[in-house]
Amino acid sequence: MKKIIFALMLLLSSVQLFAQSNDVEMADALRSNGKIYVVVICIVIILLGLLVYLFSLDKRLKKIEKKSSDKN
Amino acid sequence: MNKIWWKILGSVLVLYTAIAGLLLGVPHLAILNETIRNLYFHVPMWFAMLTLFSISVFYSIKYLLYGKESDDIRAIESVNVGIIFSILGLVTGAVWAKFTWGQFWSFDVKQNFTAVAILLYFAYLVLRNAIDEEQKRAKISAIYNIFAFPMMVVLIMVLPRLSDSLHPGNGGNPGFNSYDLDSRMRAVLYPAFIGWSIIGYWIYTIRFRIRTLENKQNL
Repeated sequence: MKKIIFALMLLLSSVQLFAQSNDVEMADALRSNGKIYVVVICIVIILLGLLVYLFSLDKRLKKIEKKSSDKN
Repeated sequence: MNKIWWKILGSVLVLYTAIAGLLLGVPHLAILNETIRNLYFHVPMWFAMLTLFSISVFYSIKYLLYGKESDDIRAIESVNVGIIFSILGLVTGAVWAKFTWGQFWSFDVKQNFTAVAILLYFAYLVLRNAIDEEQKRAKISAIYNIFAFPMMVVLIMVLPRLSDSLHPGNGGNPGFNSYDLDSRMRAVLYPAFIGWSIIGYWIYTIRFRIRTLENKQNL
């Protein structure tokens, strides 16, 4: 009986090892390569934010240009 | 300040920080890993915001002293640009926190208080829109601005240091000195502070010029 239990325990522990070696697919692309892509995201956010802001400024300026051309 | 040299200086400094920030060596730290490079992009946003809000408070005081309308426009436009930088700082900080602290918003002291500080400036904008009469609006909002500025500085720089925070340099330690901000990082971070402040100032002057034109047309 003891031997069987011991064998079972060994078997179970090997199952655990097997599970560990199995690659579990996780969404950790952003954590790869030393998390450098987090920096990339932050730079993209800053650039996007400033570009969107630039577009809104451009729109305002266009309105003024239209108005001044109407007057003349 | 219509000369071009300072605009070129700002552009060159920001370009330098983007290149050097990604290529130069950084201290090897666990958990942070390469995200320590975010320091060159996240923190300068806050510095640019501080610069713009300081400009705003300067012109608010000037308005109360001399009552010139252009000073009032300068104050409001620099707050407008400062808020953009603060939002960028908040969002980049949240993304950075997600991959180092585990959550976008972990109700850290500094996170909460910066959000409150931004709300203070939103209140400034709301206050301005609520008053129709121009001189009254300029005067009341200038006074509000002068009170909001020290509140913002206390909320962002002082209170988080008095309690435990996930941000570095808190719990009694000043700045980043306790952290691993070595000389290599200083060589990128300080130019980034100056560069982004100049870029913020540049956007503010553009907004100021547009607003002046608009006011001239509406007369």
